[in-house]
Amino acid sequence: MAVLGPALLGLGALFSWAIAGLPAFGDYRGPYGLVLNRVVVPLRHTTNVVMGTTFDVRGVDTMGEEFILYAAVIGVTLLLRDETRSRQAERRTRRLPSDAVRLLGVLMVGGGLLVGLWLMAFGYVTPGGGFQGGVLASGAILLLYVVGSHRDYRPFRDAHALDPLESLGAGGYVVVGLAALASGTAFLTNLFGLGTTGTLLSSGSIAVLNWASAIAVSCAMLLLFAEFLETYVVPLEPEDTAS
Amino acid sequence: MSYLPYAVAAWICLVGIAGVATSKNLIHLAVCLTVTQSSSYVLLLSVGYVMHGVAPIFLGTKLGTPAVDPVVQALALTDIVVSVAVIGLILALALDAHRLSGTVDPDSLADISG
Amino acid sequence: MSWIPPLLVAIPLLAAAATAGLDHLTPEPVQDVLVVAASATTTALSFVLLWHAESREVVHWFGGWQPHHGIALGIDFAVGPLAAGMCAVIGIVVTLALLYSLTFLREAARLFDALMLVALGAMCGFAMSGDLFNLFVWLELMGVAAYALTGFQVERLGPVQGAINFAITNSLGGYLFAVGIALLYARTGALNLAQIGASLSHGTTGGLVIVAMTLLLCGFLVKGAIVPFHLWAADAYAVAPAPVCAVLGGVMTDIGLIGVARLYWTVFALPFGRDVGDVLLWLGLVTAVLAGTMAFLQRHLKRMLAYSVVCHIGIMLAGIGLLDSVGLAGAELMFLAHALLTAGLFFVAGIVHSDHGLIDELHLRGRGRGCWMPAFAWFAGSIGLIGTPYVGIYLGHGLIDEGATELGRPWVLALLWLGSALTGAALLRAGARIFLGWGDAEDSLLGKAVEEDPLERDVRRPLLVGTALVAVVLGIAISVVPGLGQRAQYAAERFRDTSGYAAQVLHGRAMPPPSSLPVSILHTSLESVLYATAASILAVALALVGLYRSRMPRVVSTAAERTLAPPVRLLHSLHSGVVGDYVTWVAVGTAVTGAAWALLLR
Repeated sequence: MAVLGPALLGLGALFSWAIAGLPAFGDYRGPYGLVLNRVVVPLRHTTNVVMGTTFDVRGVDTMGEEFILYAAVIGVTLLLRDETRSRQAERRTRRLPSDAVRLLGVLMVGGGLLVGLWLMAFGYVTPGGGFQGGVLASGAILLLYVVGSHRDYRPFRDAHALDPLESLGAGGYVVVGLAALASGTAFLTNLFGLGTTGTLLSSGSIAVLNWASAIAVSCAMLLLFAEFLETYVVPLEPEDTAS
Repeated sequence: MSYLPYAVAAWICLVGIAGVATSKNLIHLAVCLTVTQSSSYVLLLSVGYVMHGVAPIFLGTKLGTPAVDPVVQALALTDIVVSVAVIGLILALALDAHRLSGTVDPDSLADISG
Repeated sequence: MSWIPPLLVAIPLLAAAATAGLDHLTPEPVQDVLVVAASATTTALSFVLLWHAESREVVHWFGGWQPHHGIALGIDFAVGPLAAGMCAVIGIVVTLALLYSLTFLREAARLFDALMLVALGAMCGFAMSGDLFNLFVWLELMGVAAYALTGFQVERLGPVQGAINFAITNSLGGYLFAVGIALLYARTGALNLAQIGASLSHGTTGGLVIVAMTLLLCGFLVKGAIVPFHLWAADAYAVAPAPVCAVLGGVMTDIGLIGVARLYWTVFALPFGRDVGDVLLWLGLVTAVLAGTMAFLQRHLKRMLAYSVVCHIGIMLAGIGLLDSVGLAGAELMFLAHALLTAGLFFVAGIVHSDHGLIDELHLRGRGRGCWMPAFAWFAGSIGLIGTPYVGIYLGHGLIDEGATELGRPWVLALLWLGSALTGAALLRAGARIFLGWGDAEDSLLGKAVEEDPLERDVRRPLLVGTALVAVVLGIAISVVPGLGQRAQYAAERFRDTSGYAAQVLHGRAMPPPSSLPVSILHTSLESVLYATAASILAVALALVGLYRSRMPRVVSTAAERTLAPPVRLLHSLHSGVVGDYVTWVAVGTAVTGAAWALLLR
């Protein structure tokens, strides 16, 4: 379009002008990160400062973010409700022909689940966290659909189980914050015992919030995958169902 | 080369906007939107980088070792979740549009205008 | 009292999680009550907060992370009377919308309610937040809820298209905002608004800060549907269910402007001074006149209301762009009146749609005869939105006029009142045609008809009409509430006090409480009364012209056709419904405003 080109050039000029004023790459001067790197470990007994920031120092942002994911899942369910009306029917898919690929897939499912759970559990000690672990674990479960068939994936998309679980994760986050408020301190203050740095029993409410978001994110991703799968998984002809 | 990461971020942003503005397919458009957003991750993470800094994980690392900024990483994480949410909604809408009109071309979807 | 701000966010969000999660476990009437109770409680708490915020800024640091030596580590909500007032109005509109939707929503009702509550929590969080990235989070949260709610009627292509245009354009605005955050963070190393402002007021400001400001403010202007970022608004409001339109058009669009004001007065006021405001003022003026014209060219009721929203947003932005207390107070009062009146009018449009299954003004001609209460609500709302003296938005508009005159810009008044008049003319014309049966049966100037199926079927009509009347009556009364004008001005002064805000937030130094404010109706200037009366007369005249165009003398009408047809065609073609064009205009708008600020502020 004749208008788009000049507009993008103009934006490009503005960006270049802004970049010229940025400090050089690697020359981070700002106080925020430097202070947090010093104080989060002693104050909150959590060695993963990023997760300490996500769930404690900037915990409200994460609460909002969790609800963004929650609202998106509700939105997708709402928008695809016409498509998924016939979800009672069991959708069969073609099974993978190669046993070797299936075996590799099964190993990946197991491996993915384990790594995901490890990321969730040790999120506040080593690199990882509730979100990362939740996404990986739910992705591993999605692999079940690829490796097996939709019927194998069906137990993991039962809305009656996943909806309350997801609400528990998201609502649980708010409840932890309200508990702090009710006890007279600020919303989302870290009130649980802080434990020993570097172990699983540390970080107080960061650990609880970490698990709340892990549950919420896993359920949200499973529901999202399921919603989309159900709209285009095509039932097979009867004669194709070789098991 | 100390401004290269910023230039990359700016380039990604502009390319993404160009993609969104000229796209003929809603799925492609959703991905272009994600590309545009990824420019903000690149910019955030470049801004927080400390030369020769380690990751801000202090298990086994002495407290006080220069580490990169943890704040921008937390921000980028939130940003990514926002992107997932939005792309999920746009893809769901694209599926609905295809079901109702048989096309995913945004130009031919103009049922309402004026 | 600092425990109230987090509750305004926590209660709606928790209720949303409970509503959607316990969907299958609790009976429907219980859920209805819980949803409305959550919304009403939030509204009540925001009034309590408003009462306390008058004497001092209520600051809540999340997680107990208090600032040290002027460095903020945690996230804060810093609530003055203006922000608390916003939350109160948002709460009222959402509660009314939920009550309205209770009457007819059957399918997917719980999901609808959950998303509305999420939107409520996000908007309150946005109004109160004192942290730059936190603002982004609430912006995206309200956006996600809004996109899904807009596309609620998935059986038709219109809602889907409207939701797509809405989602893509607003997300892009949000991403530009995120790039702006990164730039500003690089410069100041802080995310707290007060701290950023303090940091910027010391050093030099170069291209980096100007570009960051452009991206940040344009991100909010996309949300706030200012020209040329406004193209998504009509598409989205035309197709969303009426209660959703009430929330989107009444409060969600306006809150983008509050974001602009908040950013300006905490971060950019000290470094940049007045020049920023001129660009905002011009954007507001163009928006008001353009949207007013577009409103007059519509025959789809909700689309017409959408352009009415955009027109009034433009007037509010012009008030903010004057950069003084009077202008900001005027924008504030306009927000209050406009939110309620627009909600009421959208409710009436929904009632009409459900009664007759039609939403097109020409198709509905005469069908509304005998529906006295919706007719009363519609006409009262329209007059309130024109700003006839001492009705509805008049007081706010009058204060903006005063601000413009004080700054030596009397011509602003003419343009703003013209916008009001055009919008009012459209609304009066539609009302007369529908409820009185006046006017021609055809009008080629209005383009072709597009019909929608109503969402509202088997409704409990008294409740529908009741919510519309409550909204309109409250909105009309804004101009005559004793003491509201003075309190709005005081709230605006507090909002503009950059150093006071920083002192309170970063160092805990409380501002001195106000001297007692009079409880009387604020007087406006004679000019405002004259302009308002003239605008009202102009609106009636234009409405009559619109109704009876075919009866004008042939000479006049052919001359009018020849001059007006090409620009009208151009305007219609620009609002094409194609999202690629909308994105192009977002890019153009950002580049042009950036260039303007670059030239003015270097």
